Amino acid sequence: MNANLLPTGSAYFLTQQTQAEERHTLTVLVDNEPGVLARVVGLFSARGFNIDSLTVSEIEHDKHRSRITVVTVATPKVLAQIKLQLERLVPVHKVHDLTEAGNAVERELALVKVAGVGESRIEALRLADAFRAQVIDATTESFVFEVTGKSTKIEQFVALMAPLGLVEVVRTGLAAITRGPDGM
Amino acid sequence: MAEQMTGAEMVVRALIDQGVEHIFGYPGGAVLPIYDAIFQQDQLQHILVRHEQGATHMAEGYARSTGKCGVVLVTSGPGATNAVTGLTDALLDSIPLVCITGQVPTALIGSDAFQECDTVGITRSCTKHNYLVKSIEDLPRILHEAFYIATSGRPGPVVIDIPKDVQFALGAYVGPQSQPSHPTYKPQHEGNMDAIRAAVDLMLRAERPVFYTGGGIINSGPEASRNLRELAELTGFPVTSTLMGLGAFPASSDQWLGMLGMHGTYEANMAMHDCDLMICLGARFDDRITGRIDAFSPGSRKIHVDIDPSSINKTIVVDVPIVGDVNSVMEEMIRIWRSRTNQPRTEAIAPWWKAIASWRGVNSLGFTNSDTIIKPQHAIQRLYEATKDRDVYITTEVGQHQMWAAQHFHFNEPNRWMTSGGLGTMGYGLPAAIGVQVAHPDALVIDIAGEASVQMTMQEMSTALQYGLPVKIFILNNEYMGMVRQWQELLHGGRYSHSYSDALPDFVKLAQAYGGHGIRCSDPAQLDSAIDEMININKPVIFDCLVSKEENCLPMIPSGKPHNEMILPNTADIGSIIDEKGKVLV
Repeated sequence: MNANLLPTGSAYFLTQQTQAEERHTLTVLVDNEPGVLARVVGLFSARGFNIDSLTVSEIEHDKHRSRITVVTVATPKVLAQIKLQLERLVPVHKVHDLTEAGNAVERELALVKVAGVGESRIEALRLADAFRAQVIDATTESFVFEVTGKSTKIEQFVALMAPLGLVEVVRTGLAAITRGPDGM
Repeated sequence: MAEQMTGAEMVVRALIDQGVEHIFGYPGGAVLPIYDAIFQQDQLQHILVRHEQGATHMAEGYARSTGKCGVVLVTSGPGATNAVTGLTDALLDSIPLVCITGQVPTALIGSDAFQECDTVGITRSCTKHNYLVKSIEDLPRILHEAFYIATSGRPGPVVIDIPKDVQFALGAYVGPQSQPSHPTYKPQHEGNMDAIRAAVDLMLRAERPVFYTGGGIINSGPEASRNLRELAELTGFPVTSTLMGLGAFPASSDQWLGMLGMHGTYEANMAMHDCDLMICLGARFDDRITGRIDAFSPGSRKIHVDIDPSSINKTIVVDVPIVGDVNSVMEEMIRIWRSRTNQPRTEAIAPWWKAIASWRGVNSLGFTNSDTIIKPQHAIQRLYEATKDRDVYITTEVGQHQMWAAQHFHFNEPNRWMTSGGLGTMGYGLPAAIGVQVAHPDALVIDIAGEASVQMTMQEMSTALQYGLPVKIFILNNEYMGMVRQWQELLHGGRYSHSYSDALPDFVKLAQAYGGHGIRCSDPAQLDSAIDEMININKPVIFDCLVSKEENCLPMIPSGKPHNEMILPNTADIGSIIDEKGKVLV
């Protein structure tokens, strides 16, 4: 019931926010037709929803299906709206909330360029080893590391590289899938 | 083997196969092949407008008064951008439209060619769906799919952008499917039976129930209006409606509370506030309806029937959500109610009706009439009395006159009331009236207008004359953008910044200049005969009704207030009512 009369003095939609924001990973299965990404992204901006991370690629070439993984931060009420609004888009097949399902594996890949010589170069290499990062390019004064894992691991690795000569980082955004035998 | 034809011929053929009889459009370089195909046939009648915005509103009026899909044809670039207002209007009011736009040839797309614009980019957020057709092979499927998407589920506008080379290309035409379907777009028609049973259980126990109905009933078709009447009779519950739903339930019924919301009646809003069960049928808890949402109907359980799942729990959290076509859900409600009882809850809700009677006693639509100057409310009442026994359709512009029309013109049938609710588009009424008149050539079609709004699309008078469409434009002329002026009185200390309609044209001469008939009336004693004159002239009429200038549209739920804190008529000094927080709201 909508009877929680709050003493906010607010009006219309300016009600006091009583729900905490949550970070959720959504998987959106779409027809890969021209403009579909613009529809999804445009929906988020037009309705004031957040996008923390966005990953998109065609996954079934014969059927022209793409899978979009989007990480968003919102209250449960807004999250429900995000899902319903996404489902309203004509080329959207399915929207799946992996965080709500609670059993997803999430991975992200980052390429991290670090430049330096001497002790910091050795330390960078040692840390890369600890993080199971691969060296995919090297010169006498630089490395490019490829590191894969949860976003938190990438964050941590990048933070450690910062004082060791971090030049730049590129991240793929999150890819996520449910555990177990069932598809979405 | 499928029939071979050009893309332009496919467009015309597909429209005919979809049962389209009239389209509203304006030619230009990028749609010339389609206009050539139109020239070479006589099944499809094209109405040449004077501005593309007019075409979209005409198609909206046509669609809303017939239940059919409205069709618009415009050229690339400015043709498409001029159509954007009408497309957005149709999106917010859930009106089925198919808008075909020409585009520069595919090879030129992206080159900033003459009259090029990114039509699908611009219209993505103001359509239900849109297409850029890059290949002739896709064209027939897209044409039919567009009609399916526009008219099914929650209706809305669909744009098909067709580059000129695709219009010239030869391809195989494919007709419409007998049972249209789509791989990803699947509107849900049947409501969940457990939810409907739970809803009826609540209805059977309710002591202070109210039906809150909306435009969804109109969109669901005439049968939905019949079922609403049956459901109301069966239950004995009071009925109120949004602006968009007027006519679905007869205003002549004892169970009718009048419109609700910002300018709704006291009894409707108080019933919404004090009810213990709200049954929302095809409405969406718009901010004009709810007022302050954290004080919205605090003591009620809420049932929400909507075909669009995203409308549920969007602004107001409800107890029993039912996603489905409102007509089929009402049919089930009626069936289940009948399986339990054949009696309305007359006795159980008698105290509720008593409370409603006391609110009715406030006479919230009352106003102080005058015998020296025409009061706008009085003008609408006289217009209603003069036309109520005729086959009459009403459109409006946006503002005070629109609200007065909603309050004082009474509708007993659906599809008779065309107004811009969600977007609030000034300039909607005249072209919408023309669209209605195209669909109903023998009916009396009246645009209840304001002198400011009507000038936004006044050029469509020329369209009305060209096609012999005798629409009546009944202008409540108070020489102000009345609603703007009212809000300036409410919120800005009566500083009427740019809300005075200066340098007005002589509307009588203007009507004559277009080849129509002009009438001016400022004397209450002459009003009835002037209205009769308007009704009896078989050509477009501009009626310049000079009304009292600073009349406020009341009652009103001021910004930031709940339903039970309305400003009632004859309130002195409305400028002191709204607090600082309310002033930031629209």
